[in-house]
Amino acid sequence: MRPLAEIEMGIMAAGAGSEPARAAADLLRLGEEVLEHWVLGRGETPTDDTKEGFRLLALHRQGAKGEPSFNACRETCRELVFHYNLIILDPDHPETEKRLRLAGLVANHLYLFVHGKMEEEQLGDFCCSSKPIHANNIINPAPVEKAGTGQPGDR
Amino acid sequence: MNDMSKKKAKDKNKDYGTVAYYPGCALEGTGRAYDTSTRALAKQLGLKLDEVDNWNCCGAMEVKNIDPQIQTYLSSRVMSIAANEMGHQTVMAPCNGCYHNLKKAEYDLENNDESVEVTNRLSEKAGHQAYEAGQIETIHALDWIKQTIGEEGIKSRLKKSLKGLKIANYYGCMYTRPRHIFPEKDQGPGSESTSQPHFMDDLLEAAGAQIVDYPLKTACCGGAHTLSDSDTSTKLVVNLLQAAEASGANVIATECPTCHSGLEMHQIRAEKRYGIKTDVKVIYFTQLLGLAMGASHREVGIQENISDSLNLLQEAGLA
Repeated sequence: MRPLAEIEMGIMAAGAGSEPARAAADLLRLGEEVLEHWVLGRGETPTDDTKEGFRLLALHRQGAKGEPSFNACRETCRELVFHYNLIILDPDHPETEKRLRLAGLVANHLYLFVHGKMEEEQLGDFCCSSKPIHANNIINPAPVEKAGTGQPGDR
Repeated sequence: MNDMSKKKAKDKNKDYGTVAYYPGCALEGTGRAYDTSTRALAKQLGLKLDEVDNWNCCGAMEVKNIDPQIQTYLSSRVMSIAANEMGHQTVMAPCNGCYHNLKKAEYDLENNDESVEVTNRLSEKAGHQAYEAGQIETIHALDWIKQTIGEEGIKSRLKKSLKGLKIANYYGCMYTRPRHIFPEKDQGPGSESTSQPHFMDDLLEAAGAQIVDYPLKTACCGGAHTLSDSDTSTKLVVNLLQAAEASGANVIATECPTCHSGLEMHQIRAEKRYGIKTDVKVIYFTQLLGLAMGASHREVGIQENISDSLNLLQEAGLA
């Protein structure tokens, strides 16, 4: 697994001079490495399993376990897989160059989100994941405060 | 409100022609053009917006961060006024943040007894009737147009086609996530999808626009961190803008004031800080539909956007 800075460079360089199928595979692999960083950062071992045939999707599921805000990059992962499939299944398609460019931008978004989240853990917590509704006491309700006291902090 | 009224709030065949309108604070500030164009569009389409009396902040991200139950109460007060004092069965919120928070409050009050207790107590202190889950339905501006007018209605009312505009639709994150607070979505044909939202695509295509496949339509823009970590937000936004251009778009259509202002402001910041220039224009979907329905560019507030799209709209015969 390469350092994040190298992964970023790799995403920028993917596609330059290499055949489309190879470049698409490189981008998928770089996406996996981004998620490996996230999983390792949480003290876990990155899975070698696949989901729907892709390790990237299995890694995303692993990374999102107990961390609902990580679902903010779920569709980004799926778009990377989608563009990989488009390129691999029809590398001679007239739009392959455009598809490869988009795959690169999708991979870059995954990198930027995960990199940002590793620096700023709350990225996505209070907007798309609405973490409080997962984190409050829906599952294990705390005793309900019955009456206000009129003191500061009293609701 | 009795059980019959609650049932009406969920009635799939109910009339959305008149709704309680909850603009929220962003539409009075940075998102003023969204408010202007939503009202102009309603006028063009013959729909009635009844602004919620004495509305308050939905709790936004700031309150939710500190105390999610206070956020639930704040959102519940808006719904209580709309349902109990104004007699509405539907509240329409164009802002993704407001929409999301009202939906979250609805979910919270249906599933968390402690939140119900806090809401009841605060409502009593504030002197208004407490909101009960199920009294009102919260919808987004996209649902509102889709349900009342739909694609066929847009086509039949079309005054100026959006032909010439290649649009990437950006929905942002709060319109679809987390999916369990949007039980009406992912219900098969006709319903909105949380993984591939399409209501904005459907409506703007019906108005004549060419919709491009945009792979980052729900991706994070870093909006919540735009002040605390501006560089991350700028990089995320630049990537969104570049992806829109790579998709062939000359316009990004938005349906959230936070996304909209983030895209506009970071587009400028990216050029200053990183030397990355993008030219794609950022326009609210209500502005685009308003133009298509015959409103002038001034009536839909194009001049209030930071992103200067006037030349493009003139070239397309829309201004």
